[in-house]
Amino acid sequence: MSDDGAQDINRSRAVDWALRAYVVAAYAFVFAPILASFVFSFNSDRFPSLPLGQFSLDWYRAVAADPLVWEGLRNTLLVGVVAGVISTALGFGAAYTDYRYQFFGKQVYLALALLPPTIPVIIMGLAMLAFLSRMDLSGNALSVIISHVVICAPFAMAIVRLRLSQMDPALEPAAWNLGASEWQTMRHVVMPFTRPAILGALFITMAVSFDEFAIAWFVSGLNETLPVKVLGFLQGQVSPRINAIGSFVFVTSMTLVILAQVLLAGRDTTARRASGEQE
Amino acid sequence: MRRHLSLYGLTFSLPLLIWQLVFFVFPLCFLVALSFWTVRNFAMRPDFDTVNWVTMYGRKVFWQAYATTFALAAVASVLTSVLAFPCSYAIAFKMSDRARRWAVFLMVIPFFTSYLVRVYSWQIFLSDAGILNVLFGWVGLGPYGMLNTVGATMIGYLTLSFPLVVLLQLFSLVFIDRTLIEAAHNLRCGRLRTVFAVIIPSARVGLVIAALFCFILSFGDFVSPVYLGGGDPTTLSILITDTTKSGQQWPRAAVIALTMIGTLMVVAFLSVRFAYKGRNA
Repeated sequence: MSDDGAQDINRSRAVDWALRAYVVAAYAFVFAPILASFVFSFNSDRFPSLPLGQFSLDWYRAVAADPLVWEGLRNTLLVGVVAGVISTALGFGAAYTDYRYQFFGKQVYLALALLPPTIPVIIMGLAMLAFLSRMDLSGNALSVIISHVVICAPFAMAIVRLRLSQMDPALEPAAWNLGASEWQTMRHVVMPFTRPAILGALFITMAVSFDEFAIAWFVSGLNETLPVKVLGFLQGQVSPRINAIGSFVFVTSMTLVILAQVLLAGRDTTARRASGEQE
Repeated sequence: MRRHLSLYGLTFSLPLLIWQLVFFVFPLCFLVALSFWTVRNFAMRPDFDTVNWVTMYGRKVFWQAYATTFALAAVASVLTSVLAFPCSYAIAFKMSDRARRWAVFLMVIPFFTSYLVRVYSWQIFLSDAGILNVLFGWVGLGPYGMLNTVGATMIGYLTLSFPLVVLLQLFSLVFIDRTLIEAAHNLRCGRLRTVFAVIIPSARVGLVIAALFCFILSFGDFVSPVYLGGGDPTTLSILITDTTKSGQQWPRAAVIALTMIGTLMVVAFLSVRFAYKGRNA
């Protein structure tokens, strides 16, 4: 369980067990709401509490029968996929720029590339609403896509940048020396090397867009995405239907995040295995 | 490395720059202009009038909301940091590499998983006939009114930032030089003293940045104060949504938003300065 260094440090078993219990409690706290949402989405009782009622798919049927939910889902998917693709492309470009070039004002460039997620979404929402409605762009799916790319691109950039930092800096010059143009090198060397990160970034940005509701709420007008619908539900009645939608939302974003992590971790283990073989 | 950008280089660097200038920097600058516009008969008109600033800053409810929001965010960042630290510490120092990777893997998931639905889910636990009160009832306690309290708002803030704070703390802890800790132990420094005298100072930058992110997230959040705190006390974020959504008072909402950004910039600047104090970085 513990390596040699840790054994010297581990002096009290009681403290270690207490810490382990604490970690378990912390993860329980983090996952409790997600689990509860799943459990109660299958529970027949109208009011979600203990003891549990019977197993039931009623809430899922009710949700599936609601055309508004389907419309929200369509908008969410459209926005998520388009915003994901655009922000991954933009983020890749920015990461490559940071990796390869030194130029005047690079700090400002990087700040612009990474800062947007640190601005509270509510302020972004207001700013986007005011700005886009001035340009007659507010109230449609396009406005949500535009805003989501702003906050998603930094995630894509960070993920691709991490992967690029693992690329041997001599790899590109080697390709050029062998007669490949910069474009060919990009196509046949850089892109294949960063492919897991590109896909990972795509999944993560889609998950971010899929879960973002505040900005979408401000700018979407009638073309509400699914999370905005949930927000609407919350303002109305308490209904286990939210658990059904919530479970669906959880499964979707968890799948995206898990896929991304598997892609990004896959390279870790191969890299480690390769370095292990060298030893 | 090339010194100047070619057409090839510009193809990769320009799109993001343009996008963030047009759709990020410009809207935020527009917010500044908007705060000087006037509203007559429910229609906004371009103007240069300080009336919105004077009106908002002259209102007691604004300053109350400001103090509330600031205090809540400050408490949330201290509380989250303190609660997250034993967890990050245990993951960093008491787990095998394999377990640590699993821990990170699991903690990343909730960070990207619908915060809104997770907050809704907390209502199931906290409401008057909810899970926690039923459990309390079994041991003869309660029921307690937990929903629509400041405590519930705090649980929401924790839900929002706990995973991120653990991850950020963890990344600063795993980079601590282990020989420092062994040296402290060899010099007969006790467990707790090692934590406070060696580990926390070494990880200061990461710990402060984690707390800063918690502050930023809590300061701007409107979901927890509304759906767990019951909208009372009013926070700045609630004030913004109310001002925006009801009655075209966007310029006044812009004043609130700009005040929030200003506050966050000052807090961020001070935290970063504190984090790097005494370092030549």
